[in-house]
This record gives sequence, C-alpha cells and structure tokens, in this order.
Amino acid sequence: MLEREAPKNPPLVTLTDVAKHFGAVAALKDVNLAIRAGECVGLVGHNGAGKSTLVSIINGSLRASEGRVEFPLSAADDALAAGVRSVFQELSLCPNLSLAENLRIAHTGMRGWGWRRRAGTEISQSLDALFPSHGIAAGALIETLSIAQRQMVEVAIRFAPLGGKPQLVILDEPTSSLDAGIANQLLDAVRRFCARGGAVIFISHMLGEIFRVADRILVMKDGRIVADEPADHFTRQGLVDFMGHVAAEPETLQTESRRELGEIVISQGGLQARRGEIVGLSGLAGHGQAEALATLYLDATSAWRNPGNPPMVFVAGDRKRDGILPLWSILNNMSLSLLSATARWGLVDQVSERRIGDEWKRRIGIRTESLSNPILSLSGGNQQKALFARALVSRAPIVVMDDPMRGVDVGTKQDVYALIRAEAAKGRTFLWYSTETEEVCQCDRVYVYRDGAISAALSGDELTEARILEASFEMQESSA
Amino acid sequence: MPSILRRPWIWAWLAATATFAVTVALGSGRGAAGLAYAALSFGAFAAIVGVGQMLVISLGPGNVDLSIPATMTLSATLALKAMDGVPGTELLGLGVALLVGLGTGAANFALILLLRLPPIIATLAASLIYQSLAIWSNRGLRVKPPEALAEFATGRTLDIPNVALVGLLLSLAVWVALERGVWGRWLLAAGQNPRAARLAGVPVERVRATAYLTVSVFAAVAGFLLASFSGGAALNMGAEYLLMSIAVVIIGGTSIAGGFSNVPGIWGAAFFMFLVVSMLNTYGAGAGARSVLTGVIIIGIVIAASTKRNHA
Repeated sequence: MLEREAPKNPPLVTLTDVAKHFGAVAALKDVNLAIRAGECVGLVGHNGAGKSTLVSIINGSLRASEGRVEFPLSAADDALAAGVRSVFQELSLCPNLSLAENLRIAHTGMRGWGWRRRAGTEISQSLDALFPSHGIAAGALIETLSIAQRQMVEVAIRFAPLGGKPQLVILDEPTSSLDAGIANQLLDAVRRFCARGGAVIFISHMLGEIFRVADRILVMKDGRIVADEPADHFTRQGLVDFMGHVAAEPETLQTESRRELGEIVISQGGLQARRGEIVGLSGLAGHGQAEALATLYLDATSAWRNPGNPPMVFVAGDRKRDGILPLWSILNNMSLSLLSATARWGLVDQVSERRIGDEWKRRIGIRTESLSNPILSLSGGNQQKALFARALVSRAPIVVMDDPMRGVDVGTKQDVYALIRAEAAKGRTFLWYSTETEEVCQCDRVYVYRDGAISAALSGDELTEARILEASFEMQESSA
Repeated sequence: MPSILRRPWIWAWLAATATFAVTVALGSGRGAAGLAYAALSFGAFAAIVGVGQMLVISLGPGNVDLSIPATMTLSATLALKAMDGVPGTELLGLGVALLVGLGTGAANFALILLLRLPPIIATLAASLIYQSLAIWSNRGLRVKPPEALAEFATGRTLDIPNVALVGLLLSLAVWVALERGVWGRWLLAAGQNPRAARLAGVPVERVRATAYLTVSVFAAVAGFLLASFSGGAALNMGAEYLLMSIAVVIIGGTSIAGGFSNVPGIWGAAFFMFLVVSMLNTYGAGAGARSVLTGVIIIGIVIAASTKRNHA
C-alpha cells in the first residue's frame, strides 16, 4: 500500500471479507477495502462486475451476506451517520416536487416554519459551489428539468450539508448525461472536495475522467477487486486489460474504408441523412437534440397503424422513462418492436421470438443466465444492451439513438460501435445523439445543436472535438 | 412459499372455495350442485363485465370504464324493443346490442382522446347520457324477450348454464389475445409505460381504443343476456355491476397500476362475490347487514392478496 500523508488516521470505512449473494448468484466475493479521508477512489469494471453492489453495501442499502462493514473514523453504526452519501445511476428525485422539497426528503432534520426557504438556500448554495452559472431555480419542479439538470441537482443534494458534513460521497456514473463543460465543473468540484478532506468513490466508464480525478483506482471483475493501486501505476491500456476486455485502442469508424452512401432518406428541420450514413447530433446537453430526435421518430411512426415492418426504430437513453417495461422479462422487452412483423394471425411467434432473443443475447453479450429473468435483474448497462437489441432486431432502415451509451462500459461500447458499423454497411441509417464528443467524432457527419437549432454541420476533416465545442458556444457569444 | 401460492389468481379461487364450503355446510337448501349451478349462472354476468373492465384497468392508472351499468341498460332496452318479443328476431336483438356496445365504446374513447378528459370523468358523464337514452326509449314499457331467447339464457348445455358458456368463450378469447397475441403484448406494454411503448413502435392509441371498445361490447352483451335471463330490461339492472366489475378485477389479481392482467382470477372472484351473498342469505342476514359485510370482505381480501403479493 502507498504511504499517505496521515496514515495513522483510522479509515472512514473498512470492508472485511465481504461477500454478497443473490440466491445462487455471487455478486461480490472476498472484498477487503479501506477508504480514508481525502482519498478519491476511482472504481472501474464491466457492466455486472459488481460495482453497484459494492457501493450499495458501503452505503447500507444492501446488507453483506458475509463479512463486516465498519466506519472506524466516526465510530458510527451505519453509513448515514458516518456521512456516506450516494448519487446513483438511476436518479432518485421525485419529479413532481421542487428542488427544495427534494432536498428536504434527504435532510430529515429540516423542519418547522420556513423550511422551504431554508432548503432552497441550501440547495442553491450547493449548486452554486458545484456548477457555477447553472441557472436552475430552487423552486423549479424536477419534471421541468432536462436530464442533465436533474443529474446536477442530484449531485448537488448529496454534496449539500443536510445537517451534517458529507464525509464519503459515492458517485455512480455522475457525468453520463452531462456535457463536457458541466462534467469538468463536477470533476473540479470533486478534486476540491477531496482536497478539503472529503473522500469520494467515483464510478465511471470514461477512463479519461477516472485518470483526471482519482488518486487511487480499484478495478473490479466478476465480483472481485482485481487491482487496487495508486492511479499513476496504471496506463489507460493497462486498466482496460485489467478489466478483462481485449479491445485495443478505440478504433474509429473512420478507419474503416469509406462506405458508399445512398440517397437522402431523412430531411427534416435542416437535418439530413443518407442511406447507410451515421449521423451524429452533438452540442451541449439539453439544447434540442433529444427533442429533434423524438419529433422525427413520432412523425415517422403512428399511434394508430399496425407497425408491421416499421420505417424507424428508437433506442432510448433515459431507460426508465423511455425504454424499460419493468414488469416484463428480458426477452419480452427485447422482442417488443419485432412482434408485429413476425406474427401469424395476430399471434406472437414464440419460437422465432426465443430464437432471435438467444441470437442477440450472444451478439450483444447480455450477462444473464436466462432471458426469462426479469429485466430489472440486469445491471443498468445490460438493460441498455437489451434496449439496443430491441431496436436492432427489427428490420427498420433507420435507427434513432437518444444518447444510448449512458452507463455502458468501455468493452461493450466497442462491441456496439462495431455492430453499428456493420449495420450501416448493410445500408441502415443511424441518427445518434451523444453527450460524449469522442463518440460523435466517429460519425460520418455531425450536426451541432445550440438553443434548439442546428448551429453547424460538420463532416470529414472539419469533424474534430475543437470544432464541435466551438459550434456549441459560438452562437451564444454572437447573440450576447 | 410453494409456487402455486404465488399465482395471482389463487387468492380469489381459495376465497371462493372456502365460501362455497361454508355455505354448503350451513345447508343452503339446494345442495352443493345447485349452489354451483347458481354460482355459474350469476357469476357469468360479473365475469363478462369484469374481463372487459380488466382490459381497461390494465392500461394503467386512471383508466377505468364507469359507464358499464348504463351501457348494459341501454343495450338491453334497445335490443328488447327492437325484438319486441317476436320469435325469430333474436339475431337482430344481438346485433342491436353489439351496435350499442360499439357506439358507447366509441363515444367514451372519443371523449377521452379528443377532449382529453380523464377516463373516470368521461365515462361517468357519458353514462348519464346512455342512461337517459335508455329511460327515454323505455318509457316504462317492460318488453319480454322472445321465448327462444329466454329459454337459451336460462337453459343449460351439458349441465352448464348457457350464459356461463358464453362467458367462458369470451374469456377464452381475451385470454388468448392477452397471453399469445401481439395485441395483448401491446396492451400490457402500454399499461406499464405508455411513452416507452410508443417509442418501441406500439400503436398505443389503437390499443387503447380497442380496449375501450371491447369493454363496452362486453357490457352490452352482458346486458342483453341479463335481460333475456331475467325476462326483461329494467332501468336499474346494471347498477350492481359498477362495483362488481371493478371488485372482480382487483380481487382476481390484476394490477391496479396497470400492465398486468389475469383472466382466471376474474372467474374466481366472480364466484366469490356471488357466494358471499348466498352465504349471508343462508345466515338470514338482512339487506343492510349483507351490504356492510360484503364491503368488509372485499376490503379484507384485497388487503390480504396485495400484502401477500408484495412479499412474494
């Protein structure tokens, strides 16, 4: 172990021989871990490697099947009293309440007259400290906010005092729906928090972020911690190798031989796409990209006609709101868009449903024993894979993707990129909104959105991260 | 817990069996066979409207058809008036009943879709109109059904009441549509998350429209059969089926939150509802006590079934 500045301080939290089973499935095995004040720990691993289970055990929402979880520094009995706070991948805000009211839910000590005002002050201060010039009012209802703003509020609530100082903040994919500018603000805030003596566990599939914030990196694989070292002992490639994926440096779509593009198949609101083309939508989060895609999709499909072979399919990024059918099995979730095309006499063709399901489980690598398991038994990234499969199993010539890579690990991303490339080569058109600039740089052409309108269309050599950022901000400055 | 106890329909059937046993043990006067026959006859009407209501409730929170009683009355009144007791007009009567069902279903859904009214308000308001139409066309007349039709409605085939056979046939059709059909998948997807369903290509409005049409047609058929069964239409004939249609859906194990439905449970619940009343009659309970006890029992079984399900 590395010598630290104050190694004599007892750790904030220690895990001793912790294991967690869900029925016969071991989600976590032989975990030994100590986290001290001031540490920023990066946690990486595949979807389903056990990251979420590990943090759930630290924050007390799951009980370990074996082993002990202790909080030596505070000598507290439970995670809450020890100052452990968590920001989850699936946001926990109540959409029908305001920011201040949502803060009150977490802050049980806030009562008496005028609590709304005090809660509003607290959340505003926290937001100001984390995300300067965020522009979100404390009285606004959560449902009126974009998903990026919701994530900012979620983070801000966990960093707020809430009656006691936060000691250890767990961030599970906190930047997945934030654009680069806001994500940077958050990473800076995390560094400041650690410098002041707070500890952070930072889960991310974006290795660049991990290297920026973490001074120690944990790698998980199949429920075990397979590496636990200071960050400067790793290289990017070394980290990917530890996670057990053989994918090499991310190859880009453009390294492929240029595909022949066909005729124009979409032309709406300045947006054009050709047959076989991969078109990216970029710009800062919440500037009309998601709305443009939803409008495009809803106009092209009908709420009345039997879809048959639909002209267009949609891959949701906001899984809970736009994608998952929570009562159903994985298979039923995957096959929904395919049913009417394979049906006979209006009846579901269950044989082909099962066959196609098994085929796509293999192709896209959904980690489950059986597709009959409930969809909610999957980790977030695997749920996303099932939604990908739902869209790709259909024969629709156009695939619309609304930031679909949120919470998906590096290895899977490479697999999906390859899949998209292969499908595009077969003549499918992809419209791909992403908050990750790296991702849209792989497209044939990119439309940059600003204030609900297209501010630039980039392709070929102009398609660089710098040009995208420039176009994201350009109009704001010229109009100011 | 053994897997059979996790079946959502099991509680309705257990309750019905227990009530049946108690009633027979107390000696209802007609013996087990007689009681079973009566339960099948009377339960059939509740099951038909219940299966329809189930489809609408499966569409998710806020979806319910409160116009069932009025639709039953209107369909029975107009059908009997059209037949006017003349032999050979039975199919005409059925046709009129089905048309009434399609009409009220279309009107209900039009109010919901075009005026964006919540289904509870839309169907309740519309039911006042249907009821008024029934009063206006009835004018106190009590037309008897054609004799052949009355015989069919009160008769039996292979010792099973004909009305129960009709109910079973309709339930089977719905069961196949839900469990094996594309339409059923669409309905349950829309009930879980309409936005996600629409984005997955489900024609959500088409599914909602067919569900609201089906419940009205089923109510119309139930009204037509009930009037034939009891020798004529009456203006209050549908009244008890408002609570009944919702109670059998909930007791039967269908999720009030939508996205999950269960046909076998409806029949268990329909038998239970009939048998509770018979049991209380056997005890010699008065009408007031009977209503109070029925209410208490329904609440009890809903609580029991829902807590069991939450722990499962």
